[in-house]
Amino acid sequence: MNTTSFKQSFLTPRDMIGYALLAAVIFVIFPLLLEPFRLNLFGKYLTYAFVAVGLVLCWGVGGILSLGQGVFFGLGGYCMAMFLKLEASSPENTAIQSTPGIPDFMDWNQLSALPWWWEPFSSFGFTLFAVIAVPVAFSYIIGVAMFRRRVGGVYFAIITQAIAAILTILIIGQQGFTGGVNGITDLRTLHGWDIRTDSAKTLLYFVNGTLLFAVLLAAQFVRRSKLGRLLIAMRDQEDRVRFSGYDVANFKIFVFCLGAAFAAIGGAMFTLQVGFMSPSFVGIVPSIEMVIFAAVGGRLSILGAVWGTLLVNWAKTTLSESFPELWLLGLGALFIAVVMAFPNGLAGVWAEQVEPRLMKLLRRDSKAAAQTTPAE
Amino acid sequence: MTKSDTPMGTKGLSRRAVLAGGAALTASLFAPKGLRAQDFPTAAVNTTGLAVTDDTVTIGILHSVTGTMAISETGSVQAEKLAIEQINAQGGILGRKIEYVQEDGGSDWPTFAEKAKKLLVQDKVASVMGCWTSASRKAVLPVFEQYNGMLYYPTFYEGLEESPNVIYTGQEATQQIIAGLDWVNKTKGAKSFYLLGSDYIWPRTSNKIARKHIENFMDGCKVVGEDYYPLGHTQFNSVINKIRLKKPDVIYAIVVGGSNVAFYKQLKAAGIDMTKEDPILLTISVTEDEIRGIGGENIDGAYACMKYFQSLDNPNNAEFVTAFKEMWGDDIVIGDVTQAAYLGPWLWKAAVEKAGSFDVDKVREASPGIELPTAPEGYVKIHENHHLWSKTRVGHAKADGQYEVVYETAELVEPDPFPEGYQ
Repeated sequence: MNTTSFKQSFLTPRDMIGYALLAAVIFVIFPLLLEPFRLNLFGKYLTYAFVAVGLVLCWGVGGILSLGQGVFFGLGGYCMAMFLKLEASSPENTAIQSTPGIPDFMDWNQLSALPWWWEPFSSFGFTLFAVIAVPVAFSYIIGVAMFRRRVGGVYFAIITQAIAAILTILIIGQQGFTGGVNGITDLRTLHGWDIRTDSAKTLLYFVNGTLLFAVLLAAQFVRRSKLGRLLIAMRDQEDRVRFSGYDVANFKIFVFCLGAAFAAIGGAMFTLQVGFMSPSFVGIVPSIEMVIFAAVGGRLSILGAVWGTLLVNWAKTTLSESFPELWLLGLGALFIAVVMAFPNGLAGVWAEQVEPRLMKLLRRDSKAAAQTTPAE
Repeated sequence: MTKSDTPMGTKGLSRRAVLAGGAALTASLFAPKGLRAQDFPTAAVNTTGLAVTDDTVTIGILHSVTGTMAISETGSVQAEKLAIEQINAQGGILGRKIEYVQEDGGSDWPTFAEKAKKLLVQDKVASVMGCWTSASRKAVLPVFEQYNGMLYYPTFYEGLEESPNVIYTGQEATQQIIAGLDWVNKTKGAKSFYLLGSDYIWPRTSNKIARKHIENFMDGCKVVGEDYYPLGHTQFNSVINKIRLKKPDVIYAIVVGGSNVAFYKQLKAAGIDMTKEDPILLTISVTEDEIRGIGGENIDGAYACMKYFQSLDNPNNAEFVTAFKEMWGDDIVIGDVTQAAYLGPWLWKAAVEKAGSFDVDKVREASPGIELPTAPEGYVKIHENHHLWSKTRVGHAKADGQYEVVYETAELVEPDPFPEGYQ
């Protein structure tokens, strides 16, 4: 890929076009065209894009396939949900319970006091910290345990999948503390601000979009830095990088933690926009679904991940609304079609079909266009 | 109006005749004769912008028809569609035909919330028949309360809930549990109980109520063990050994879903013959639908405590079973929840006609006290707390996959979602 031109600027003019297009769609076109309900739905889709962008860095760039990104999405989401649930469980709201003032599911499970590790989540500052810190710490532990031992490739993918399964079982089994299968539901306010109204959802949509762009730019920065080039080198020839004197494990741990942090932000925004969190986002199936989003978008392309996420989720919703009993087949056909026709995903379509024509039209600075790289 | 007005001996009647019979009966029960849409101008019966036109009204059906829950929820969808078709055949509601928008919850709780919101906000449905698991209900509840929808929820569940936006057409826990325990104690002399369940809110809450009832209200009875296993668990040998050690009179089993297949097969393989009733197996989680998976021969001799069994002998039920099979095929079985789902559209119809309006607030106000003498389970009535008064019955499982009803409470059991002394 970028083997000959090391000195690529952070954003090339071609990147600019891609970012400007996405920004226009997210910040202008969607809000103008969609009614509040649909806009909120797209806001939900965009929270998965955080995970997909992290996967592009880990998997597409770094060659580390994680099938357990749902774990980090879920941990981020649960941290936020715990804060919101505590706020929704004021003694007045829960007067009907045997022990007022604790979340309803604890009361159903015969708990009579708030567990100690829930206490700090009544602070919003701590919650914001925990949303990032808990998943990153967890991914750091996994990363150290795996990459220091040079576990990689398929083995790593299988272990992350096992972790996703274990965490799901843990959350479901400890229902008195976590809400079990039901998850943490009925979240209402954030510091007294009702997050269920249309205006709140619209505002959260824009916050979500802004955060997504921050994450996209961070990913772009990593991708274009020396670190990004090392990741690619590791993906293609790990031993050579190691023999050149680099500590391969540290780079892997870093990019894995970064992916976890992105996923966690997405999870927290999901909880805020959807109003609940459940173990169905932690397990194997959602984790693999998130890999599919990245694959449909094109696993090498940061922007492609966002488009892939939007396309797959939009198709999922539309198909299931039109064909409630057959929609899964339609979705399967879509995946097969994308893989067969466009192995590089949407980004490949853009790079091979759309962009050359666009460039011909714009043809001014042909120097940058001389090299073909997948769209970023 | 008594049951004798119902057309008897429906065997051999065409579907149309059955529908017409039901129509005549129900119309004579609830409605002033010949409701015509022009007597109820749309502007008057729909002041909140619901999907009501001069000749149609749209409702939502929200169940899982894909994923792990599809096997359970499909029966509910079928029952609701049957009820809608029957209501339409007799002229609809306030002269308007019912149309429905069906959405798939996909056995995924967040999807339920998304689809519920879509039905209420975009389709503006007048009511929703839907949900099955407690988790899906908990997921949609905030949506229904925020957008003021009305949900008819068919499953027997743990109670501890009383939403103004839900009519619970299944039993809450005490309705299903207490009468069954008293029955097994009185008629079988059972004194010791082993409680067992899948690990989530419904089995845990139900067993909590069972334990309180056994320890506080049943003289000389005790619980000798209580165990939970994750959903989907398939290794029950260790608990079966524990049960043999403790020698309880009753195994009280609330195992859910696919785990049932493993549980009953392993019980049988371990030499526990349920027909010998030593110990007695009493369950509240196995309907005729589940027996299809378990196999009748594996559960032969067990007792189940429900409010409805397909074999229930009354004219309403004979008519219902015939119509159901006519619409969905002869090899179909009808379980407790399927029947409860069938009640949803009828109860909603009755409430709308009593209120003379589709407005959710008016339907809610009209709902308490609504009676349904045509229910397959027999007469039911909506309580102030939005649950149904209904009878508790005990069925004895037969090898052919049906239950024989061996006991029913003399009176309707009052729903009590927040039971005093059981918390």
